[in-house]
Amino acid sequence: MAAPTSTVDLSAALITVPVPIGHWLAILPVAHCITLGAVLLMLRAYPRLQAWLAIPGLAALALIDAALLAKVAAEGPLTMVMGRWLPPFGIAFTVDLFGALMAFTAALAALAGGIYALADIGESGRRYGFFPLLMLLMAGVTGAFLTGDVFNLYVWFEVLLISSFGLIILGSERQQIDGALKYAVLNLIATTLFLIGVGILYAAFGTLNMADIAAKAADLRGTAPLMTLASLFLLAFGMKAAAFPVNFWLPAAYHTPRITVSALFAGLLTKVGIYALIRVMVMLLPMERQELSLVIALAAAATILVGALGALAENDIRRLFGYVVISGIGNMLAGVALGGLGGISGAVFYALHSMVLMTALYLAAGEIARRGGGFSLSALGGLYRQSGGFTALSLVLFLAACGLPPFSGFWPKVILVKASLDLGAWWLAAAILIGGFLTTIAFGRLFLLAYWRPAAIALTPTVLTPSGPRWRTGLPLAALTALVVGFGILPEQLLALSQSAAAGLADPQAYLHSVFPEGGAP
Amino acid sequence: MEPLLAILVGLFFAAAIYLMLSKFSIRIMLGIAILGNAVNLLLFTGGRLTREVPPIIPVGLDSLPAGTANPLPQALILTAIVISFSFLAFLLVLTYRAYQDLGTDNTSDMRAAEPDDRPLPPLGY
Repeated sequence: MAAPTSTVDLSAALITVPVPIGHWLAILPVAHCITLGAVLLMLRAYPRLQAWLAIPGLAALALIDAALLAKVAAEGPLTMVMGRWLPPFGIAFTVDLFGALMAFTAALAALAGGIYALADIGESGRRYGFFPLLMLLMAGVTGAFLTGDVFNLYVWFEVLLISSFGLIILGSERQQIDGALKYAVLNLIATTLFLIGVGILYAAFGTLNMADIAAKAADLRGTAPLMTLASLFLLAFGMKAAAFPVNFWLPAAYHTPRITVSALFAGLLTKVGIYALIRVMVMLLPMERQELSLVIALAAAATILVGALGALAENDIRRLFGYVVISGIGNMLAGVALGGLGGISGAVFYALHSMVLMTALYLAAGEIARRGGGFSLSALGGLYRQSGGFTALSLVLFLAACGLPPFSGFWPKVILVKASLDLGAWWLAAAILIGGFLTTIAFGRLFLLAYWRPAAIALTPTVLTPSGPRWRTGLPLAALTALVVGFGILPEQLLALSQSAAAGLADPQAYLHSVFPEGGAP
Repeated sequence: MEPLLAILVGLFFAAAIYLMLSKFSIRIMLGIAILGNAVNLLLFTGGRLTREVPPIIPVGLDSLPAGTANPLPQALILTAIVISFSFLAFLLVLTYRAYQDLGTDNTSDMRAAEPDDRPLPPLGY
């Protein structure tokens, strides 16, 4: 190797001082997931060992994310750059409060799902690679939450997508293959639309670093086709998140996989779409969001109502919950449409609440099926007589999903309704409230039929349901319910966090400063 | 050169969307394959086209001479090709398996997950 003959000062483009040890925290959750996923893959011949390695691994992921959240909350956004290249040349992982909050909540949901899987996913599912796929799914989800680069975001989307394909066909039943085909094709098209957006974005900006784009968007407005870009991103992420005109793949697919997989998908995947939508529309293209706000608001209102009406018309509990997921997405979209501190913090709060709640709801559906023998509302009955504790726990989850106090669904809805009334968008507030009302009727009927109605005949389980020691299903369900209750009764902490996350998105100065410490993009 | 490629990309998109609107899952797969290539060409065109100057730094210089191609879109396309290729492979296997299990490749008849005769929930107690 000859000595470099350079006369150019490369220090402007390279990191010349070692990375502080604390900054490694930004990349650690993703590295942890990928490493563990690879190790679990190598241990595929030992399904028992796999499980006992994966659960502590997920717990460690939650701890790492908690440490990251604490650091970001205390010190502001954190940037780590790959390969010594400074942004905008190198790929940056930039963690702000929004990303850290989402990553931490996702890790909690995944940990609960992992414990539940001990009972739900049998030997054959583990041989198919449930735990490695789960770790890689978490790598994709966490990477999407933590990255600071648009193309990198696309790559993490693909990582989580390919792992989710593997998870959704776990078991290879007829209806799983049918559901998986629809899920796979539509999600792949959505991701491809996102890639088209990335291509045009690069052509217009010449950069893919989010902070750089946010800084340059103001100058390029007027020359670059930013509205086209914003609409493309809106369509792509709306499809990912199952917003109204492009939502029909979700109820077609989410009831087919094993219940743990449904729970993780409902809790995590649609929220990744919402996260990306908020990141791009609020932080990168705020003016375009303003222009499109009416479109987003209409889509939000339609999503809320279609979701709630769909839930009313369903006989299968899992499909009913699928429509509730869609209705919740409508609420988050409403927050994006409203913008401002109120709307965005409402959307952030709702996303965090929804991650925990939707996972818990699907896990509860598995428990219902185990106790009642199936998922059909017309056949279920007598659950209250079987177990008062489980009934109380389900009721808490149902009330939270309807947005009734004192549980965690109440507060984000209050924020969203207040924000829309403040802006004079009474019809959006009405849609949120009517959606909540219709969801309450749907859950009321579910409770009435499955819990209160005396069991007609003693049912024996006709579908694959969780088995094994009670704690494996009871513990994650109880822990998630405790979170739902906790954040309903003591919302101040989460409220403050989501407000400062929203403030950081609306005014990304701290984010920019973290990526470009000298102030301003080069 | 750019207008020509832009027209080509448009044609690719039109063909992809036409095929993806089909009822038959194998045509949808062909549409997805063309869509992936359309996006790759779009990324390629987005990086500005220049002729016959590869992005290699000559000996003795520190940066690319003016007029060379931008190497980054090619790196992006490389990633996108690998990803879309693997996804297409997976989807083709899935389609074949669906054809085996469901006995049809007509998406209108693929109703294993959503049968036509799904009952409404009970309307009374």
